[in-house]
Amino acid sequence: MGGRIKVIVINEKDNVATALEPFNAGMTVSVKVQGRIEKMKLLSDIPMGHKFALRDMEEGEAVIKYGEPIGQTTAKIIRGEHVHIHNVVSEPRGGLG
Amino acid sequence: MNFEGYRRQDEKAGTRNYVLVIPSVGCSQGTVQAIAHGLKGVVDLPNMLGCGQVGEDRMLVKKTLVGFGIHPNVFAVLIVGNGCEQLSPEEIAKEIAPTGKRVEIIVIQEVGGTKKTIALGKKIVKEILQDAAKLNREPIPLSELILGTECGGSDYTSGLAANPAVGAACDMLVAESGTVILSETPELIGAEHLLARRARTPEMAKQLLDAVAWWEDKAIAAGQNIREANPSPGNIAGGITTLEEKSLGCIYKAGTSPLEEVIPYASYPTKKGLVYMDTPASDIEQLVGMVAGGVQIVLFTTGRGNPLGTPITPVIKITGNRDTYLKMRDNTDMDVSKILQGKETVGLAGKRIFEEVISVASGKVTRAEKMGQRDFCIFKKNINI
Repeated sequence: MGGRIKVIVINEKDNVATALEPFNAGMTVSVKVQGRIEKMKLLSDIPMGHKFALRDMEEGEAVIKYGEPIGQTTAKIIRGEHVHIHNVVSEPRGGLG
Repeated sequence: MNFEGYRRQDEKAGTRNYVLVIPSVGCSQGTVQAIAHGLKGVVDLPNMLGCGQVGEDRMLVKKTLVGFGIHPNVFAVLIVGNGCEQLSPEEIAKEIAPTGKRVEIIVIQEVGGTKKTIALGKKIVKEILQDAAKLNREPIPLSELILGTECGGSDYTSGLAANPAVGAACDMLVAESGTVILSETPELIGAEHLLARRARTPEMAKQLLDAVAWWEDKAIAAGQNIREANPSPGNIAGGITTLEEKSLGCIYKAGTSPLEEVIPYASYPTKKGLVYMDTPASDIEQLVGMVAGGVQIVLFTTGRGNPLGTPITPVIKITGNRDTYLKMRDNTDMDVSKILQGKETVGLAGKRIFEEVISVASGKVTRAEKMGQRDFCIFKKNINI
């Protein structure tokens, strides 16, 4: 695996990371969060460019990428789990749309 | 921190020192091109409009040409009219004059044909060039820099590497009290409410949302529902989950600062910090709108590669795609693909970009400048009459 970080966390507020290469469930990856390297076990297969949770999230919680909410969870998500259209929907835009 | 720029009589500061030749109408465009041809430091605008636009469109054309004329990257201006156009050279010159820079007018029908006009035009600009050469660069605070952002030919690397790195550079400029312009309204769709939350006032948030609604309605009237068609199946397969995520990947290139002002196309910002300009997503019209609003330098992110430049403002091209960087070396200034190899952080890439901004603002020539890319197209809303 070498010492390279193969996932990216774009903003320090983010609660998801993006895979820079495909990973299989059960693999351990290194993630750099707020300047600190954390080891994390993946619970799902993560295709390249897809996201996984950096920490546990409750149902209805905001998924944060780019430091902003990109949607909300439709189920409880565990750290290391795939985060995508099966467990995230767009946030209702309220009266702004 | 400073860059080395040109101080103008109106106290504004330029990153370049051009003599600009403006055709007030498309009819004098060929003549203008011939006047500028072969003269280093002289730039002609390939303007094809100036007759046949009415109402708001006439205003947009005039505002854009004036915006280029008063631009601090321009030392002096020669306006060439044909003689019977609706947008007269005098009307444009009157708006540029308050900057204190030299503005000359020649009219083809008065001078008596193309050949005489070219000869007279060349004589005038050569004389101006001698004065322009006497001006030296001097230290200018970065707080006087207005930086434009743009993304074109995006791919999966744009939202993950190039845009976040440019965003980091933009935050560094805002920390120096500089100004960053974000634009391309159709590309906000889906994340406009998130940008609106960063607006300083509720009025500003409403201006932004109204601008998005205008473009969305236009697109729907033309048969395209941007919101329903995105993220596309290809985006989803690539890992994009929601439209917020897709649009944020684009918006993020301007950084994370609060929004200080929302301005119309081709308008100069009156605030420092992050400013939003309402422009189309069409690259050339967008770049021209930003330059007409005083942008002295542009950071342009691309995934697939892009050759565009502007007539008077340097454009720095940045890609997160290593293959594109190697394949499109003529057109690409910076490679930030190491972010995706885990070999460089977004913050460090942002710092490299910020340093490149200072170098280019101080005179370093960009790839688009080397290639002579002086692309120009004015945004308008209606048909020519």
